[in-house]
Amino acid sequence: MPRQFTPKVVTANTLIEGDVVYLDTSDNWTRCHAEAALFADEAQANDRLAFGAAQTGIVVGVYLADATAGETGPTPTHFREEFRAVGPSNYNHGKQAEQA
Amino acid sequence: MYKYNDFDEAFIRARTAQFRKQVERRVAGNLTEDEFKPLRLMNGLYLQLHAYMLRVAIPYGTLNSAQMRQLAFIAEKWDKGYGHFTTRQNIQYNWPKLTDVPDMLDALADVEMHANQTSGNTIRNVTSDHFAGAAQDEIEDPRAVAELLRQWSTDHPEFQFLGRKFKIAVGASDHDRAVLKAHDLAVRIVKNDAGETGYEIIVGGGLGRTPMIGKVLHDFLPREGLLPYVESVLTVYNTLGRRDNKYKARIKITVHENGIDEIRALVEEQFALIRPTFSGYDQEFLEEIRTHFPAPSYLNAPLAGYETAYENDPVFRSWVDTNLTAHKNENYAIVTISIKKHGETPGDATSEQMRVMADLAEEFGHDELRISHEQNVILPHVHKSHLPMIHARLHQVGLATANIGLVSDIIACPGMDYCALATARSIPVAQQIATRFDELKLEHDIGALKIKISGCINACGHHHVGHIGILGLDRAGVENYQITLGGDGSEDATIGERAGPGFAYDEIVPAIERLVLGYLDLRSSADETFLAAYRRLGAAPFKSILYPEAKTRNAA
Repeated sequence: MPRQFTPKVVTANTLIEGDVVYLDTSDNWTRCHAEAALFADEAQANDRLAFGAAQTGIVVGVYLADATAGETGPTPTHFREEFRAVGPSNYNHGKQAEQA
Repeated sequence: MYKYNDFDEAFIRARTAQFRKQVERRVAGNLTEDEFKPLRLMNGLYLQLHAYMLRVAIPYGTLNSAQMRQLAFIAEKWDKGYGHFTTRQNIQYNWPKLTDVPDMLDALADVEMHANQTSGNTIRNVTSDHFAGAAQDEIEDPRAVAELLRQWSTDHPEFQFLGRKFKIAVGASDHDRAVLKAHDLAVRIVKNDAGETGYEIIVGGGLGRTPMIGKVLHDFLPREGLLPYVESVLTVYNTLGRRDNKYKARIKITVHENGIDEIRALVEEQFALIRPTFSGYDQEFLEEIRTHFPAPSYLNAPLAGYETAYENDPVFRSWVDTNLTAHKNENYAIVTISIKKHGETPGDATSEQMRVMADLAEEFGHDELRISHEQNVILPHVHKSHLPMIHARLHQVGLATANIGLVSDIIACPGMDYCALATARSIPVAQQIATRFDELKLEHDIGALKIKISGCINACGHHHVGHIGILGLDRAGVENYQITLGGDGSEDATIGERAGPGFAYDEIVPAIERLVLGYLDLRSSADETFLAAYRRLGAAPFKSILYPEAKTRNAA
């Protein structure tokens, strides 16, 4: 039986800085996970993945990542995506420093 | 140390200029990411979890003070003010911008450094004994041979698209400080019964998914045979090595599947073919390289100040007893500077710390520094009279931790805090273990113990050869840590055995504490190390300590 589709965000790294970004509901790239568009529909997710992957001058390594609806927007469900959304645990660098 | 000639200088500058154009074409949209990726990897540039990462080679771990200062400058100007020394004598910058990397490579070229072949399926940075030139037990300084191999392997047209990466290490001592038997190919400089110097060639070692201890391919290769023989090994691997499966592509699998005797026969056949084409220039050039690695002009000075400090200052005495190694000159010492202060990230040094180490090398250390695969920095030639001053200045910048070879001197890969391949974090586990044993004030009592942590199966943290190895995995979306026991990266190289089921993130540090404290009860005397106790007693008592509930269950 095919595995049931779980909600996804479209994520990538920016070409110049390498920073983690997410596709938002206006088809722009945001650096904040909570501002990402969450796709519950598989066809729609794949469509936006293809849209993102075509933006080769802005982003690299585009893929779909599991997420869930949270109080303030989508939140990651896997620890790898949690780290990507925040930054490293040994220094206050990356997103956690910029968002503070 | 080796000084670039005009050819080297022109080569490095040309490579940097090429890469600058490649970045420009990528940003302008004239190269796709698929086209650009192999080009950036050839120049050591990875895309990691949060940013790009530039891996810079420190050939055979040797730096002078000007180079160390430049590494500090690069960290400050284009990164976040620190660098990470790796387990293969490289330094990694974790936050460069793509468009800054050409400038970083230019700045490296200004001090005769580069990031060539620090990635990709080529021959990687040639590593060596970090005590080279200073060790009491070496036959000769292995770095001349390492430099010859570095030059031979750089941009070698036959070996730019191997089936997989290829790592070479060189040693010249009975005691192996370069993990020779975990390399694709290792060259050990040896003497035969007639007193002649030659090479023992070891192949097929490696860690990762399928850990293997290297096997002796040739027990005594005459000196002039080195390059044609190593080239023959690479040709045989390049031809025979599998390309159908990434996980079976390293030479360790080629050796395992074909057998060492078959590989030897094929290498000998190729060697017979190409040996006559080596005219002997390589041997003349090796002699020239050797002149770049002279013994230091040793200082002759009284030792009274050192002896007084040793007697009167217990903190200095502890550092001397723990972090120093005997030098071939009895008035000198090899100083290992710990980049493992309790609670800090193993292998990370700030720009300020790099500059202090550069200053100390210039003022007191014959202008030499080394980076060890254990992620520490070494001043290989220090007159003992300078030790109190060096200790005091290291102390001011948090670099005087007396823990070399102890439980908190942990190797840890960047893990999932940085690495795109990682399956779990390594750094915080290392930080917490070091902090915990510092609180217990037991680490000097525990004695020699190597803990090595990898955040994925690729084993950059050398967990297989840790006395205690820790492997971080993703088990159903949760970080999980497997423990291996009894590994050894020395001349008695051994792959550790898996102890049992893994531990959750919040269980792994207590498990290590239980294991190490349990060892204290098991050892026959304070002189019996963890590894010696493990070898004497076997795994069973250590497993009982790690899994007390299993013991209870079995008894019930």
